[in-house]
Amino acid sequence: MSVPNDLLYCRSHEWIRSDGDAIVVGITHYAQDQLGEVVFVELPEVGAGVDADEELGTLESVKAVSEFLAPVAGEVLEVNERLEDEPNLVNDDPYGSGWLVKMSGAAEGDDFLDAEGYQAFLEQENG
Amino acid sequence: MHPWVGAGPDDRRHILSELGLQSIDELFATIPAEVCVDRLDLPDARDEESVRRTMAQMAISNLSMDCAPSFLGAGVYRHVQPAVVDAVLSRAEFFTSYTPYQPEISQGTLQVIFEFQTLISHLTGLPVANASLYDGATALVEAVLFAHRVLRGKRDLVVVAETVHPMYRRVLDTYTEAAGIEVVLVPPGNDGRLDPDRVRKAAGDTACCVAIQSPNFLGIVEDLPVLAEAAHEGAALAVQVVTEAVSLGLLAGGGAFGFDAVCGEAQSFGVAPGFGGPHLGIFACTEKHIRQMPGRLAGETVDEDGNRAFCLTLSTREQHIRRAKATSNICTNQGLMALAATVWLESVGGNGLRELATSCLARAQELKKRVGAIGGGWRLAYPESPIFNEFLLTGPGAGVELVERLAAKGVLAGVPSNRWGGSWPDGILVAATERNSAEDIDALVTAIKDLS
Amino acid sequence: MKQRALRSEPLFFERNPHRVQRQGYQLPPMDVPEVQPTEVLPADLVRKDVPHFPDVSEMEVVQHFHRLSQLNYAVDEGLYPLGSCTMKYNPRINEQTARYPGFTSLHPLQPESQIQGALRMIWELEEALKTITGMPGVTLQPAAGAHGELTGILMIRKALEARGERRETVLVPDSAHGTNPATAVFAGYRAIEIPSGSDGTVDLEALDRMMDDTVAAIMLTVPNTLGVFEHQIVEISQLVHDRGGFIYMDGANLNSFVGRALPGLMGADAMHINLHKTFSTPHGGGGPGAGPVTVSEALLPYLPVPRVVQTEGGFGLIWEDPSSIGSMRGFYGNFLILVRALTYILSLGADGLRSMSDVAVLYANLIRHRLKDTYHLKYDAPSMHEVVFDDSFQGRHEVHNTDIAKRLLDYGFHPPTMSFPLIVPGALMIEPTESFGPEEVDAFCDAMIEISREAETDPQMVRSAPHNTPVGRVDEVRAARNLKIRWMPEDENA
Repeated sequence: MSVPNDLLYCRSHEWIRSDGDAIVVGITHYAQDQLGEVVFVELPEVGAGVDADEELGTLESVKAVSEFLAPVAGEVLEVNERLEDEPNLVNDDPYGSGWLVKMSGAAEGDDFLDAEGYQAFLEQENG
Repeated sequence: MHPWVGAGPDDRRHILSELGLQSIDELFATIPAEVCVDRLDLPDARDEESVRRTMAQMAISNLSMDCAPSFLGAGVYRHVQPAVVDAVLSRAEFFTSYTPYQPEISQGTLQVIFEFQTLISHLTGLPVANASLYDGATALVEAVLFAHRVLRGKRDLVVVAETVHPMYRRVLDTYTEAAGIEVVLVPPGNDGRLDPDRVRKAAGDTACCVAIQSPNFLGIVEDLPVLAEAAHEGAALAVQVVTEAVSLGLLAGGGAFGFDAVCGEAQSFGVAPGFGGPHLGIFACTEKHIRQMPGRLAGETVDEDGNRAFCLTLSTREQHIRRAKATSNICTNQGLMALAATVWLESVGGNGLRELATSCLARAQELKKRVGAIGGGWRLAYPESPIFNEFLLTGPGAGVELVERLAAKGVLAGVPSNRWGGSWPDGILVAATERNSAEDIDALVTAIKDLS
Repeated sequence: MKQRALRSEPLFFERNPHRVQRQGYQLPPMDVPEVQPTEVLPADLVRKDVPHFPDVSEMEVVQHFHRLSQLNYAVDEGLYPLGSCTMKYNPRINEQTARYPGFTSLHPLQPESQIQGALRMIWELEEALKTITGMPGVTLQPAAGAHGELTGILMIRKALEARGERRETVLVPDSAHGTNPATAVFAGYRAIEIPSGSDGTVDLEALDRMMDDTVAAIMLTVPNTLGVFEHQIVEISQLVHDRGGFIYMDGANLNSFVGRALPGLMGADAMHINLHKTFSTPHGGGGPGAGPVTVSEALLPYLPVPRVVQTEGGFGLIWEDPSSIGSMRGFYGNFLILVRALTYILSLGADGLRSMSDVAVLYANLIRHRLKDTYHLKYDAPSMHEVVFDDSFQGRHEVHNTDIAKRLLDYGFHPPTMSFPLIVPGALMIEPTESFGPEEVDAFCDAMIEISREAETDPQMVRSAPHNTPVGRVDEVRAARNLKIRWMPEDENA
């Protein structure tokens, strides 16, 4: 399972990358593997405000729907419009071109795991 | 023992001994005694002949539309029924199978759904049609809820023409009340048609949808392009309701005029009137809104060898997956009825459908002309307004009374127009289809004259 | 045995590609003056033709549907063990009585004097269902189980309103079918999950904690979706009723105890019955069904209209009742489906109905007994009419429930249910029903055991199944990603 070192992670399987005053959010390799092939991504409206741990959007596979959550409170600045025609990017390149949302905020505090921490968390979950 | 229970007494003994049990009661030990019963208070099992006799007795105690010249409409129509339709419906491969969740062994059902979707899409003029809904009334409900979702729940007002079938509106009320949606009615003008300005005013910029029926409950054809425009001015969705599906053989569906959804009843396409059910709801919408669409959907794809195949798709909108976030309460379609409609339409054919619809039009015109000329207290309520195959006739008395008196003369003249109220004259809704011969028409005219 | 060659069947729209004139059906002759549509209708509303819609001869229509039918597996062919679907025999006499012209050609809006037989039919079925459930009221309106659920929950809502109460939530077990929470939310409630105990039944302690005056109802499936009877049902009802709530019972699994137990005695306030499950009306490839709802005394006033009532002369209809929740659909219900259900009930009678559930439960337990060493049984509690295994043993060989399902198709059986209950990942939910002979049930078990063996010795073959069906594994991902839901003429050249 790929877990890049330069990112932070949530226990709900989102990853976070800092981008100036904003953060970019996506789902991890593990998460896309669990979900199966993504057929549709529902993204929030640009300008929408969200609270921490609130649903940011959903990812649909053929048989299931999964929410992805906002790691922090903030405003949606940009969404990955490529996903409308190429939802498979979430599976093929979850940390790169499969990014989901860019929002205002910073990933601070103890709620987030670094790469090692997330690895350990995954091992624990699948004990 | 019973023919429909596969294991006889010896079989049961044998299985019980294999399971190491003495009595079948042991398998029910987890049911608490206080909820148990020794025997249902019902009669014993009965043989086929006896049951057929009882059911047949009930059937012949009705005066069905086969028994007298019939002009009943108001949302349920008596059209031709090609023998082929029932022959196909009787195939066990179609009627005893389940929802096609395992596509590899349900290609028959799936391809039928795909063909049905295609036909409804082409008839309504909208690219996305689902695999059917329960009936016309619940299809209207689904269309309104759909519009509410498309507008993201930000608009809680719905404008509905009063000339949408009153029974459909009653059903809509049950659901909108539960969902906290307000319904505003727009009555028809003196010509039985909607005034677009009144629609505009009622919708303002707070309505999520404007729902109109055409041909409407009074049989009158509405000015669709103008009404779609009126709805769109306030950024509401325009929804057309159709109760006489055969009208789509001659009149273009709302999609051609900018309607965002067309919904209604397709019972006219080969589904028996059947005392009200099962019938066949239809729904079609634009591609933009496909994810908000209720109901099942079959899609074309391929199998692992590249052969064309069909499967249910976009199931994640449905309840069994979405659970609390489902797009609607609908868990099924009317599979067998959609099959009936598909067989009916494919038998009748494209040119055949137009011919059939034109026959309905011609007979209604003839009937209208002749009853309109009777006089003696009988009048057409809206003589100048364009109709497809149904119109409102008033006479010397309330519609309910007139219908009874004409029945006594041996004719099923139509449906009383005000059984659910309505701001139009109280009379009889008279419908004509390709099954009403010149003789039938004579019979109705004679019966009316006899009454005067 | 060799397979008969099956040519793939083109779409109807691909027939008669040059649209030459053919006739599929001969209409009654035109014996009234012809009319030009544009003379009597606004010209801009009249269509020129229906696009892409050929005419073919009658034989072509028959051929088309005959060949399509051959691509389907149906219950008449063999075991169709979908858990909670109750795929039982659809008796042919039902198909006869439902086709009597006195029923099929009857218009729902004819005067009461003309429809007495139909009203009687409705009345008789209502009485029968009340007796079968031990409950005092019923509506036959709902068109399906989920529709019945909504009807029931709306009645509960109205009852609470009448009491002057506004409750916010509905409790739903984590094993429930997805329609349960969807229904609750639609009716304006929040669905709160209540956890199952270790035996898969409702945890009474959890219920005690969660049940208060903000909870309108609990939605229970009895037996639950694991096929296990809620043995504490009386305590559960008592608790909920004491705190002012209602019991909604999902009757999907009624086939397990008809004639043995009465939901009325279990404390049910509203229960939907799936006629297309328990009472043999056909599944039709996905409908029409029927989901009547029986109700307790407390909910009687709120039953939908129109209702059939007894009158001096026979039967009548009430369309207005201010305390009713209103109408859930047009007219009275899926009438021709109701005819089939009454035919079934009259035929079986009290003893027949009881032996129906006896054998349904017996067969499920036979399957449990024969397969329990081959497939993993997650919950130990006794099974009623269905048994839930999971694929964890086979998972060791990277073979999952979907693979097993697809391989079963090669053996000529329909697979069991797999997609729920959600609390059993990799589920194989098997419900045989009482219809088949014991040999068929044994053959199914033989096939399942064989497949498990194959999972060990040749897992790749199982994973790549089916090998022996009209089409191979269907690409459902592609269907969702490249949506194609109608035929268009460009396709002719594709």
